[in-house]
Amino acid sequence: MLAFLLRRLVSLTVTVWLATIVVFTVLQLVPGDPALLMLGINAQPDTLAALRSQMGLDQPILTRYLHWAGGLARGDLGVSLTYARPVADLVAERLAVTLPLSLLSLVLSTMLALPLGLLAAARRGRGSDWAVLGFAQLGVSMPSFWIAILLILLFSLTLHWFPAGGFPGWSAGVGPALQALVLPALALAVPEAAILARVTRTAVLDTLGEDHIRTARAKGVGRMAVLLRHALPNALIPVATVLGLQISFLVAGAVVVENVFTLPGLGRLLYQAIGQRDLIVVQGVVVLLALFVVLVNALVDIACALADPRPPATGNGGAS
Amino acid sequence: MKRRLPLSLHLGAGLTLLLVAMALLSLLWTPYPAEQVRVIARLKPPTAAHWLGTDHFGRDVLSMIMVGARNSLAVGAAAVGLGLLGGVPLGLLAAALGRWGDEAVARLGDLVFAFPAVLTAILLTAALGAGAINVVVALALFNAAVLARVARGAALAVWRRPFVGAALALGRGPLSVTLVHVLPNIAGIVVVQATILFAVAIVNEAALSYLGLGIQPPSPSWGKMLGDAQTHLFTAPLQAVFPGIAIALCVMGLTMLGDGLRDWLDPRHRSSGIL
Repeated sequence: MLAFLLRRLVSLTVTVWLATIVVFTVLQLVPGDPALLMLGINAQPDTLAALRSQMGLDQPILTRYLHWAGGLARGDLGVSLTYARPVADLVAERLAVTLPLSLLSLVLSTMLALPLGLLAAARRGRGSDWAVLGFAQLGVSMPSFWIAILLILLFSLTLHWFPAGGFPGWSAGVGPALQALVLPALALAVPEAAILARVTRTAVLDTLGEDHIRTARAKGVGRMAVLLRHALPNALIPVATVLGLQISFLVAGAVVVENVFTLPGLGRLLYQAIGQRDLIVVQGVVVLLALFVVLVNALVDIACALADPRPPATGNGGAS
Repeated sequence: MKRRLPLSLHLGAGLTLLLVAMALLSLLWTPYPAEQVRVIARLKPPTAAHWLGTDHFGRDVLSMIMVGARNSLAVGAAAVGLGLLGGVPLGLLAAALGRWGDEAVARLGDLVFAFPAVLTAILLTAALGAGAINVVVALALFNAAVLARVARGAALAVWRRPFVGAALALGRGPLSVTLVHVLPNIAGIVVVQATILFAVAIVNEAALSYLGLGIQPPSPSWGKMLGDAQTHLFTAPLQAVFPGIAIALCVMGLTMLGDGLRDWLDPRHRSSGIL
């Protein structure tokens, strides 16, 4: 196990290093002068020269990379051209929206998926099983941003229960802030819940076929108690694995859904930075999101290895 | 004994073929030219003249959905095709080379998976500008990584089978074994995975086009249509429904096709899909 953990740590470090190289290199592909691209053709020569110096464009590319990567290691992501503020500060501010949104969607998807998956497994082949599988098929097929638009149509424009967009800030109180996050979180949660419900159903059905379940039933333990006390806990390992692997899709989904609801989160910051040609912000946010995904994937791997008594496998188990 | 084709395979193939037929038909005929602007007829509800209504420029929504199908399927096919071309040889090579090749593909996969396809597309867009080509490149990179991993896993299992050992003993080289014995035996699982990745590519393309980073106007795309419809939700709510249905049907068809193919090719695998 120690060898596996060490190997995983080494591969994590290599992946993080390569990810920083990828982000840095891709943004060097900008055709022409990046400073001119960011400031526009009407920029003053001294402003252009100052930005070139800030971006290190007068330095060799390796020096630039080392300077940027060193800053990244210290938590310094550079200064945004548009906001004239450190990117790290902007990220910290935006996380106050993105983090609760992601957590809320994870909670919602789990709250939806576990009972549905359990219900489908318990009533296999009956109407409720088909209904859950139908929901799962539909949920997987609907993109989160379309679900978001439909939710706005129903709950904001028709029923007026939730705001159609924007975020009042946590200073306005927890209630209004959470109210603004419910629909975006639900839009992100439905496709996740669809996948998780399928996984839960399969995992519970697999567990129900095991010997200890038959023993418990033979000893007279009720069907519901067997499901909740024996089958569900054993089925949670694959469910947690899939939940962890879904984090990268949650990151991508949040970028789009935050824009549907004009939520001032990281995704919105990234999208606006592209429009504003603020490459320093794009670079900082993308590398942070990538590092987050790498870290979560590694943690999922390690958690699975710790929970699984069999010898650990190499690789991260696919990510389709 | 002849095995029955799963119902999901029939339904998935039917739905997919229907959409492909619609996309192909749009090459020859659409009710109206998809880019024809008629401001006088803007935001009309469904009528006999415009079955699915018109958008904010007065363009016929059905015609746009038909051409959008062509664009979405083209981006999906290119992303999956390039992913297959890049990923499958890489996976086969990793399996044939053994430890170091294996390790290299695993690390490459870790790196690509660090960037969800949407994030890669955003990064490329920031550097090179918005457009369908950047979307295809971003999706193809992700697909190649997934397919390399799938091909490698399946190929490793084939390499352990006795007939491969026999072929090697008969003097066949690794390349010949890979092409003659390994590749045909992993084709099924690769096709199944490619079908599912096709569905994922359709969703990602739509999301990126919604953000304005994918297929560029005036060429219609389902995602962009939804983006435009969102600004007219009060006056023309149905405009936000039809392109979404098109995306959902396309994804549903492809995922059911993938599930059905998997069940058919490997009856031990019992799908937890709807059918």
